[in-house]
Amino acid sequence: MKTPVLEIKNFHVDYGLGDEAVQAVRDVNLTLHRGEVLGLAGESGSGKSTLAYGVTRLLPPPGVISGGSVVYHPPSGDPYDVMALTDAELRKFRWAETSIVFQGAMNSLNPVHKVSTQMLDVIKAHEPQLSPQARIARAQEMLKLVGISADRMDAYPHQLSGGMRQRVMIGMALVLEPQVVIMDEPTTALDVVMQRQILAQLVELRERLGFSVLFITHDLSLLVEFSDRIAIMYGGRIVEEARSKELYTDSLHPYSEGLLKSFPALRGERRELSGIPGSPPDLRGMPSGCSFHPRCPQAFERCSAEIPVLEIPSARKDPNRSVACWLPGRTA
Amino acid sequence: MKFLLQRLAFYVFTAWAALTINFFIPRLIPGDPVTSLINKFQGQMSTDAINSLYVLFGLDKNASLWSQYVDYWGQVFRGDLGLSFTFFPTPVSEILRQSLPWTIALVGITTFASFMIGTSLGVLAGWRRGSVMDGLLPVTTFLSSIPYFWLGLLAITLLAGPDSFFPSSGGYEPGLVPGWSGEFIGSAIQHSLLPAITILISSVSGWILTMRNMMVTVSSEDYITVAHAKGLPERRVMVSYAARNALLPNVSGFALSLGFIVGGTLLVEIVFSYPGIGYNLFQAVGAKDYPLMQGVFLVITLSVLVANLLADVAYLLLDPRTRKEG
Amino acid sequence: MSAPATTITAVTPEGPEVAAAPAKRRRLRFVANPKAATGLVVLAFFCLIAIIGPWVAPYDPSARSSDLIQAPSGKHWFGTTHLGQDIFSQVLVGTRGVMFVGLLAGLVATALSILIGVSAGFLGGAADDSLSALSNVFLVIPALPLIIIVASTIPSAGDLMVALVIGLTSWAWGARVLRAQTLSLRRRDYVEAARATGESTWRIITFEIMPNLTAIIASGFVGTVIFAVMSEITLAFIGISTISEWNWGTILFWAQSQQALAQGAWWWFVPAGLAIAVLGTALSLINFGIDEFVSPRLRSSGRTRVKTKDGHSVRMRVGFTPVLSSKQAPVTPVVRRREEEVA
Repeated sequence: MKTPVLEIKNFHVDYGLGDEAVQAVRDVNLTLHRGEVLGLAGESGSGKSTLAYGVTRLLPPPGVISGGSVVYHPPSGDPYDVMALTDAELRKFRWAETSIVFQGAMNSLNPVHKVSTQMLDVIKAHEPQLSPQARIARAQEMLKLVGISADRMDAYPHQLSGGMRQRVMIGMALVLEPQVVIMDEPTTALDVVMQRQILAQLVELRERLGFSVLFITHDLSLLVEFSDRIAIMYGGRIVEEARSKELYTDSLHPYSEGLLKSFPALRGERRELSGIPGSPPDLRGMPSGCSFHPRCPQAFERCSAEIPVLEIPSARKDPNRSVACWLPGRTA
Repeated sequence: MKFLLQRLAFYVFTAWAALTINFFIPRLIPGDPVTSLINKFQGQMSTDAINSLYVLFGLDKNASLWSQYVDYWGQVFRGDLGLSFTFFPTPVSEILRQSLPWTIALVGITTFASFMIGTSLGVLAGWRRGSVMDGLLPVTTFLSSIPYFWLGLLAITLLAGPDSFFPSSGGYEPGLVPGWSGEFIGSAIQHSLLPAITILISSVSGWILTMRNMMVTVSSEDYITVAHAKGLPERRVMVSYAARNALLPNVSGFALSLGFIVGGTLLVEIVFSYPGIGYNLFQAVGAKDYPLMQGVFLVITLSVLVANLLADVAYLLLDPRTRKEG
Repeated sequence: MSAPATTITAVTPEGPEVAAAPAKRRRLRFVANPKAATGLVVLAFFCLIAIIGPWVAPYDPSARSSDLIQAPSGKHWFGTTHLGQDIFSQVLVGTRGVMFVGLLAGLVATALSILIGVSAGFLGGAADDSLSALSNVFLVIPALPLIIIVASTIPSAGDLMVALVIGLTSWAWGARVLRAQTLSLRRRDYVEAARATGESTWRIITFEIMPNLTAIIASGFVGTVIFAVMSEITLAFIGISTISEWNWGTILFWAQSQQALAQGAWWWFVPAGLAIAVLGTALSLINFGIDEFVSPRLRSSGRTRVKTKDGHSVRMRVGFTPVLSSKQAPVTPVVRRREEEVA
């Protein structure tokens, strides 16, 4: 059965300190299992990117982690809390155990260094015992896996196309063969055709190297295809979590329903596209109770009074899913 | 390479513009100071010398403006800038040939040192925000607002004197013969310390500030976050990722500020009676020595252009995006 | 505003955004910046002195007396010159000349830079090329020697003349910056929209583009004033501008030519130099205030030290988000999935 590799527990992230702090991530509990792809969907401002960056403590000031822990289970040895690591230990942990594929590769690559330099320096930093030739060999091997020939290694970022840059980012993220790869909107900036190619490549790479993925995007249709489980975030909290197929055919939270109805299906009968009225909440002034209730077509009195609890829905009795909603059948 | 050629073309154009400005300025001088001075020295000047002055200053009322212009160009290309009135009968080009190396040595070394020190401090100040380094800024700002020459005067009062190590004026010990002897070089260095320190103190804050601002801006770029995410050592992120990128606008800014640096150095030379071209300009202005003034302006401008070109080359080497390949 | 859920337009909180605040509050916030406030106060002080200086001065600055080269005393606060003139009065009266030239030169240069820079950026094409070439030439040619030469060829270089010469030679930097900004603004959507609806060029420039340039223009103006003040003092020091009108540079000119240092008369050149330094610093502070106003990132960060979970106090910095000592975070109960037990 699946064992956890990354456990996020009671995670809180704020921007700012004291009274002026804006709570971007509120009390998130999420578990990523070994070898699985967990999708994290939500609009901008839902906190999903904040969560991803917070997990490796990469948030820029004024971000702070105001509570919770992130327990990482290495392939061998005892699990440890990433939040409790010292700076030096954090540097060792980063990229070797958990790496990130960033959005927007143009700005993510250092414009004044060649691609090879950027690949090599991370290998050197984490595995100093390797000889320069071994390093180069490793980098070339990884680039080949992502479909970049060795002669492009000495190119500068501005000389590569968007798709190639994204491949470089992916290659760079995998070069130390980490256990967990967090992907933050890796294909958003690309056209649909390139998107497909990159995703196909990712599937292949996963089969070969066997890492777990936390895939963050706003595009739910991608997740339905690509991930094993999906978690939906809204207003800094997880509102639903289920296996992809179940979420697609049988979502329980009104927000998930709204998201699913917002994109057309390639197959099946035609159905009406509807969006979700209203706009995402301002994190500085959240609605009382359930943060979705102002936009929810099925809201009732309890929704504005109490924050829903994320739990196994009573109507399904399926231990592998949970939802946070006061509607009948959703609560235990 | 295209970038470099463009810049070269621009500098050639600017050089032309500078020479043309140089051509017109003396023709704006009301009255006829040059003629009267020529008359004063008439007996001692050769016909050629008088001719060259005529060409330089447009004294030949019969020649058309265009022919004067052409003659002027011909003369400049031969390196004939006329005779100086203050140092009569030494040709201007001779005077400048002697004093230019002093200025270049002083300006070159101190500017370079100031850039290095200022940039390094700026990198640290920009990287460690909210730390003690931030307190550096108001201090250096105040120091940079003090005029170069005043600082020089202050330095002389405080540090120089009959017994002190620092000489208060001159480029070298009077009585020594300029040459490559150890004694001369030693004396030259000793005499340059005070002017150099003055320039350094006054100009370093500009570099600190601009570098700090650039570092702050660059620190919020995505690739810095990526560098941290890769778990690279702090120094590598600060230098190879942040500073290397923050440096670029500074290098082009450096080129532009050369004009101002020259200005400041002039003053320092005046205060310390340092035998560079700034001092020549001072003497020329005092004596209304127009040929010398013109000559100095020309040389300064051309030097600045050359320095700008060198800075452009440096920029080309540092920023791969300017090297557009096929 | 109601976009369908799967598209992204909303913002993530990154820090206070300046754009939304109404104009009045923004201006107040600028003044509230301690650096800018200090600079403005000092500048106001100098302007005041410039205006009332000649009336307040105890002596006529050119009047000689028999107290030759005297150290500061109750009678002469800053001491006297070799002709017995009161240095304090000279500094007071000289302020007017300095401020006048500085501000006038700043105005002339700024006006020129706006005219040339904005036109070049907005018009594009051949106009842009030629104007850019013009500004580049003026940029590279070293300003001070040019000013010295031009000023020395003019027979009587009074304050007005000096101000004009400086103004006419130092506009290039501002023009270049404004051109770059105008170019980027021109491509913004609202400008394109204005052009598409047929708004006249003049109106577009005045109402859409100029308001966004105010900070840069202000910064350029302040910078030029600093430069102008330095330049005119330099000119006076070298002995080019007329000696009949007093300014701080003239004081230093006399101090230098009379070998004040050799005579140990430090009071002759210290006050003038300090005045220059203080004015220069004030103007720089204002410029910092403008810089920080425009890009909030540059502000010396306020509270950056936080207490972490393991008791240390660390500085907030990029790349290492601090983990705070646990606050009373509301923990919503979560029912753990039973699958972990079903292994």
